[in-house]
Amino acid sequence: MNEIKEKLLKPSKETHQDQIGHLISLVCIGFIGILVVAILFFITTKGLATFTTNHVSVIDFFAKSDWSPSQKGPNGKPEVGALAMIVTSFAVTLLSAILATPFAIAMALFMTEIAPKRGQKILQPVIELLVGIPSVVYGFIGLMVLIPMVRTVFGGTGSGILPATIVLFVMVLPTITSMSVDALKAVPRDYRSAALSLGATRWQMMYKVVLRAATPGILTAMIFGMARAFGEALAVQMVIGNAVLMPTSLTSPTATLTSQLTTQMGNTIMGTLPNNALWTLALVLLVMSLVFNVIVKLIGKRSAFKK
Amino acid sequence: MKINAKKINKLAIGTIWALVSVVVLILIFLLGYILVTGLSDISWKFLTSTSSSISAGGGIRDQLFNSVYLLVLTIIISLPISLGAGIYLAEYAKDNWITTLIKTAIEVLSSLPSIVVGLFGYLILVIKFQLDYSILSGAIALTIFNLPLLTRSVEDSIEEVPKLQREAGLSLGLSKSKTIVGVVLPLAIPGIITGVILSSGRIFGEAAALIYTAGQSAPIVSYTDWNPFSPSSFLNPMRPAETLAVHIWKLNTEGIVPDAHIVSSGASAVLIIVILIFNLSSRFFGNWAYRKMTGTTRKKRG
Repeated sequence: MNEIKEKLLKPSKETHQDQIGHLISLVCIGFIGILVVAILFFITTKGLATFTTNHVSVIDFFAKSDWSPSQKGPNGKPEVGALAMIVTSFAVTLLSAILATPFAIAMALFMTEIAPKRGQKILQPVIELLVGIPSVVYGFIGLMVLIPMVRTVFGGTGSGILPATIVLFVMVLPTITSMSVDALKAVPRDYRSAALSLGATRWQMMYKVVLRAATPGILTAMIFGMARAFGEALAVQMVIGNAVLMPTSLTSPTATLTSQLTTQMGNTIMGTLPNNALWTLALVLLVMSLVFNVIVKLIGKRSAFKK
Repeated sequence: MKINAKKINKLAIGTIWALVSVVVLILIFLLGYILVTGLSDISWKFLTSTSSSISAGGGIRDQLFNSVYLLVLTIIISLPISLGAGIYLAEYAKDNWITTLIKTAIEVLSSLPSIVVGLFGYLILVIKFQLDYSILSGAIALTIFNLPLLTRSVEDSIEEVPKLQREAGLSLGLSKSKTIVGVVLPLAIPGIITGVILSSGRIFGEAAALIYTAGQSAPIVSYTDWNPFSPSSFLNPMRPAETLAVHIWKLNTEGIVPDAHIVSSGASAVLIIVILIFNLSSRFFGNWAYRKMTGTTRKKRG
């Protein structure tokens, strides 16, 4: 009798199995969590060293555009002003998103409203292929095709914000398109039927009803596109010209946060000011990536149609 | 008034057609440019000779191998972790603030610029853990870069398995973890395979995360030395390894090779062809695995 009682009261083999399974999956997810915390922690501490250890003024960093952290400037201190890179990063990001959005919306409307079956069949692979092309290949084509073109049309070296914008336009296009498609698909069919039954033309239906209803989703798509453009390193670095100067025109050589990081990180010594200043640039990138995430969350809260 | 609205309608739809055509033409131009300029540079010699850092006529043998080796190592490291994490999110996660926090963390990780991931890898793996520029550092950096996406595709594939299957497993008296491993996971495998192949394409073309982790040099290695601990072996994970994508970048920024653009266009074509194969095969293998596992063909997702 006691044996049976004991057996019934003790956890079964299945309970143990379940605990082990639960534990393993918990360890995996915990690993990812720790990883994210570690990235945030290490990049932040490394990035703040410029201000805490090297005593560079935060205001100078964000407001001045003279960047020569390895040499002493006129006032006897190295100059660490990242404004030129920050401005260029934002310029290429905004311009490419503004350029890409009309194309992305047209693609999305084509795939959902104008020719749903055929459009999907042709444009879905187009999007996937554009995503699939690696960024170095985009950069390489930019270098071989765009730069000579810009040079002949506008003169100068041919590198700068303009070619970078065009390269990024193609790179963010698939991101914005596929998310806009999701946003348009989330608009209930009744909205379309109601508009058409009131005598609206197809364009009136799309413009006055579907696009308005999908606006939060399309904004989210734009933000994701901008996040991708802001963080893109190699393709931009290959066409931007890599001179830390405030851009004077769309075709003057300049540098973004990412391009400066990729080209300089290997040329500086750990722990010195030129190196710490680069980590601060990485911190700015990280913070901006978080900001984009927060904006997406805020828009998501206002969105009418949840999945 | 009515005619006006119709005119605008025609104009607007015409504009949409035009914009869409431009995008399609851009893609055709991109692929055409890479394949037309690149295919003529690809030869058996190009694929099997070592690269050169000074003179013309270098090949891409080592870079191609390094890319493949890094890809395999990355998948070996990241797949088990993603499986565990995806299973947790799909099966165990309760609807509370901890789960929301974890999901946010994964979103943050997936939107981090790959150069930031690469620099984190440089700081932690290369400097702090003293792994130096090595295949191992590169594979771990790529794992960080790959984890959020693969986890999400595992989670989605598991969630698509009908609830009935789980109930059937549980009603047989199986434990929950046994049900997941024995019943749910086999049904989710086709989706997981598709996810793995698609992320392989991304990993294969990634360069920004590798510049400061796997390094920018491709030392001469012996392809007959199969001992992974021997320093000259091609399997040694502690040697620096420039991949194909990094090679293209390096040639075009710091390279002094006279035929840099020929080597890069050939290498770009190889890169694109491999990624095209990944993209095309992902669907094929997914459907094939589904047939094998269930004996039925896959329904199209609505």
